[in-house]
Amino acid sequence: MSDDGEAVVAAVAAVADRLETERSHLTDLDSAIGDADHGGNMARGWAAAAEAVAELDEPEPMAVVKTAGKTLLSEVGGASGPLYGGSLVFASPELEDGITAETAVAFAETYLEKVQDRGDARVGDKTMVDALVPAVHTFKKSVEVDDMEPVAALSKAVAAAGRGVDFTVPIRASKGRASYLGWRSVGHQDPGATSTLYIMEELLDVATEYGEAPEELPDHAESPTIPDGEVTED
Amino acid sequence: MVGLVVVSHSQTAADGIAAVAGEMGGETRIESVGGDGQGGFGTVADDIEAAIEAADGGDGVVVLVDLGSAVMNAEVAIESSEVDAVIADAPVLEGTVNAAVTATSPKATVESVREQAEAARGVEKL
Repeated sequence: MSDDGEAVVAAVAAVADRLETERSHLTDLDSAIGDADHGGNMARGWAAAAEAVAELDEPEPMAVVKTAGKTLLSEVGGASGPLYGGSLVFASPELEDGITAETAVAFAETYLEKVQDRGDARVGDKTMVDALVPAVHTFKKSVEVDDMEPVAALSKAVAAAGRGVDFTVPIRASKGRASYLGWRSVGHQDPGATSTLYIMEELLDVATEYGEAPEELPDHAESPTIPDGEVTED
Repeated sequence: MVGLVVVSHSQTAADGIAAVAGEMGGETRIESVGGDGQGGFGTVADDIEAAIEAADGGDGVVVLVDLGSAVMNAEVAIESSEVDAVIADAPVLEGTVNAAVTATSPKATVESVREQAEAARGVEKL
């Protein structure tokens, strides 16, 4: 097993654990503005994905990501299947040559592209896109412009996703089930953006463990990429 | 003959819509699919793909859908299926009735059935 493959298997398991822990919180968020199934769907789907990737004979990164995505597609009965799972399958070929800064950026961009294409959502619609767009843009910029190490860049991306989650609270939903509520969706945090943040936080944890950890994680408050403000979870 | 698939978050709703359309659809093959596979509401791409295969009589399939994830999962199902299938951008019940009637024509194609299903978008009730 390659180290990269091992890391991706560990990441899927970590995401599954986290989403099980957050199951009731995500369901509460989804009860307020959706159909109350996000916590259960994500926990069940990622648990199945973790089982499936653990059984792979040759867990190279592309195969692990593709298997996780396909499992989500068949296990999650709702929009999360195509959005989280289908996009993983679609973006998985970007990791054919393993995980480097370059392939990680390509993977993130392709994943985002598929989520936006499939869900037809833009920033400001109060969806997972509100967390993903700032995260992917920050990751790309940190790697390509600021020349940061991938793990440090991912750390900044997670911070950006956290701000995206906060941004979903005071805006009105224009996509997804919450859009049926109109103005009543204002004041509630989007469950999809929230689970996207949790997934990214787990990726960062695993990447920090497996990757070459930067000497010092960047201080978001003083960073040129992410200006002022504290990132709050929850 | 062009086949139809009705996709709803509820299997009961999908069955009911297929039954209503079936009254006027003659020999038209109408498959209904719905639910999250766990007894709850939702849609699953694999289940929709199976319904598309079952509805296909060789001339393709038009898929009628209800809300959000039904559209996305139907798209995924169509992308992975070998069958010539399209989604009709139509109200699910009225569109299915229109499509079922159109499909009974010997000249019906996937495109003509979809077009008639989509004509239901403009139907006024009062």
